[in-house]
Amino acid sequence: MLYFTKWKAALVLLVCALGVIYAAPNFLPSGAFPTEASYLPGKQINLGLDLRGGSHMLLEVDTDSVLRERYEALADTIRTDLRKEQIRNRPREATANGADITILSPEDFEKAREIARSAEPNTDLSGEGNTIHVTYNAVARKELIDRAIAQSLEVVRRRVDELGTTEPSIQRQGENRIVVQVPGLDDPSRLRAILGRTAKMNFHLVNNEKTAADARATGLPPGTMILPAADASDKAAGIKEFLIDRRVVVSGDNLVDSQPTFSDGRPVVSFRFDAAGGARFGDITSKNAGRGLAIVLDGEVISAPRINEPILGGNGIITGQFSVQEANDLSLLLRAGALPAPMQILEERSVGPGLGQDSVEAGEIAAVLGLVFVVAFMVISYGRFGLYADIALMMNLILVVAVMSVLQATLTLPGIAGIVLTVGMAVDANVLIFERIREEQRNGRTVINSIDAGYRSAMSTILDANITTLIAALVLFSFGSGPIKGFAVTLAIGIITSMFSAIWLTRLMIAGWVKRRRPTELVL
Amino acid sequence: MKPLHLIPDDVNVPFLKFRKLFYIVSLVMVLASAALFFTKGLNFGIDFRGGILVEIKTDGPADISGLRDNLGSLGLGDVSIQEFGAPDDVLIQLQRQDGDEKAQMAALATVTDALGENVTIRRSELVGPKVGSELKEAGFYSVVISLLLIMVYIWFRFEWQFAVASVVALLHDVVITVGFFVITGVQFDLATLAAVLTVAGYSINDTVVVFDRIREYLRKFRKMEIPDLLDLSINSTLSRTTMTSFTTLLALIALFTFGGEAIRGFTLALIFGIVIGTYSSICVASPLLIVLRLKRKIPEAEEGQEVKA
Repeated sequence: MLYFTKWKAALVLLVCALGVIYAAPNFLPSGAFPTEASYLPGKQINLGLDLRGGSHMLLEVDTDSVLRERYEALADTIRTDLRKEQIRNRPREATANGADITILSPEDFEKAREIARSAEPNTDLSGEGNTIHVTYNAVARKELIDRAIAQSLEVVRRRVDELGTTEPSIQRQGENRIVVQVPGLDDPSRLRAILGRTAKMNFHLVNNEKTAADARATGLPPGTMILPAADASDKAAGIKEFLIDRRVVVSGDNLVDSQPTFSDGRPVVSFRFDAAGGARFGDITSKNAGRGLAIVLDGEVISAPRINEPILGGNGIITGQFSVQEANDLSLLLRAGALPAPMQILEERSVGPGLGQDSVEAGEIAAVLGLVFVVAFMVISYGRFGLYADIALMMNLILVVAVMSVLQATLTLPGIAGIVLTVGMAVDANVLIFERIREEQRNGRTVINSIDAGYRSAMSTILDANITTLIAALVLFSFGSGPIKGFAVTLAIGIITSMFSAIWLTRLMIAGWVKRRRPTELVL
Repeated sequence: MKPLHLIPDDVNVPFLKFRKLFYIVSLVMVLASAALFFTKGLNFGIDFRGGILVEIKTDGPADISGLRDNLGSLGLGDVSIQEFGAPDDVLIQLQRQDGDEKAQMAALATVTDALGENVTIRRSELVGPKVGSELKEAGFYSVVISLLLIMVYIWFRFEWQFAVASVVALLHDVVITVGFFVITGVQFDLATLAAVLTVAGYSINDTVVVFDRIREYLRKFRKMEIPDLLDLSINSTLSRTTMTSFTTLLALIALFTFGGEAIRGFTLALIFGIVIGTYSSICVASPLLIVLRLKRKIPEAEEGQEVKA
């Protein structure tokens, strides 16, 4: 057992050397190594948001509203077809679960079903009585949702990019969620503000027959709706609601650019349409001079200026009671485009840069002190062998750093705790071996025999003990989120590397000592 | 210099003699923990309850009662305000707001507005009701699944008595650690849950080392009475058990003292868990093997050989 073949010894030393090389960039200023190839050393450990500061947000896309909209459109299509065949029908409010159409003439029911079936592919029909219930099948539904999420990801990415931070990460999670991580962000409220809005902007004509108050009293004229005024609008002027035409005259999809600017010393938002949008905007403004044009953002009227003259260039400005910040945000949102569906922030965790730095420092102090305690205690307890175990322990730490750098695993605050815990537990394998050697010596074996037997019989115990802890770490990794994953990662890596360093490295050192000294007595 | 031996070489503590006492102590602790868990309950952090947490740094010592008046008047329900590690560091926690995720967002904005410009926001966390209940569920499953996997592994490596005894000891440690949280009122969040799972891994690790030795001695000392054999096994591994617990505790104490306020609860759980885990592998797991009627399994042929020899 104590005899090492040359190549085996070389292998152990090679692993250690690689560990040192790959861990080294973490102790040098960044950029000291060239980092072209991913397998070459040069990468530093990835610090988690809790250590480097930044914001983590978990968003949920309201996929129900995507489906609802699609079912509304589907119901419209079917009703148009039914009307062509002169089948009388009545729609019911579309939900996320499907479109319902009631057929009023029972004799046409079968024909109506045929029409509904052929309206769009990938739909299923059901229904009872005289109602037809149309739903998308699972494949089509998944495709719809996937597309909405993909679009949302794209819009979120454009919005976050506008903040100008480095390396934001935007990823889909599960069916309808998006995780946004923005390192080094000072003010999470800004991120909240730009992610929490759908930013669907449309232009509608203000109804010129009635005011909203009249309509509330006497009933809505056909094709109109009442929308509230936004905070940053004419609320100040005492108008709380607008009666506007349902029809969208120009949609925000036609916007190509938007910038914050000033008009009469007040912050405003300028916008520019594409060719089609510009033409339509010119047409509408030519024909409706004198009417109000409502600019509707996410179901609220942000401004409803009177059309004084045709606006032909495809450019315009939105005036409202904006602060400079609001004008900046609004133009950012318009530039980045609307989300296909509303989003909610389910979870937010933000850490300021100061706290992250403090945590790193506290973690470093704790790790160094823990290391010093354990190192000292091992030497006191096991003398020379304790020293060997300490060298292995240092090597173990270097290996943990190296593996984390290579895998680009994320180090979090609980992760640092995991490393400190590993320091305490990594020596366990050596404690097991050394205690065993002590016992064997007490049983009257020679030095070399005791060492040999100590390593051999401690082996299965070390494996059993480490595998059980590894199981707990792996479960933590698969269930945990963010920081906890970081803890599981360092714990798991630490357990694996400690088996190498505590078993092979110490054995190599002890074998070397035995070979040099040929000891006949071992004080342990 | 002779190296330090924490435990004398000729240690021979009759642990098994006191097993009734250990059973009673453990049973009382487990029952008390369970009772407290169901009556007083854990002080769940916002990870599981949902809610808002803001950590701020003020210029100079914080005016806690002023903050309490200021934030308490916002109509956001219970607001907990406490010093956090330093006089100018304050932790503000809000209970989950009625309504959906939007209501939480609005409350966070209200709080940050009310705090004004004079404080630095070091950290803000918001967990909506949806995520809170999901985290609770995932946490529960992670505990159950890791216990099951560990049990399967032990079953695979040892006889069934060992598997049952180690899992009982493990549950014992987990339940009492949870009880510790109920009694101290230390907040139970994702990090402390991770600590509990680590305690589970550590506790089983300790137990396995003793069990390995029992298995070995079962083969080696064929004539020895089981209780004596268990005592011998525990005593032979006692030095290792205490050494490892001691080094781990040394590292954890460094972490507890210098690792910062944010992971103090987490470290405390680990420290407590390791103490209780060490106790259980010595005083609970091994004696349980007697209750479970551990027997020597000696193949007929081998026995024959022994007779011949």
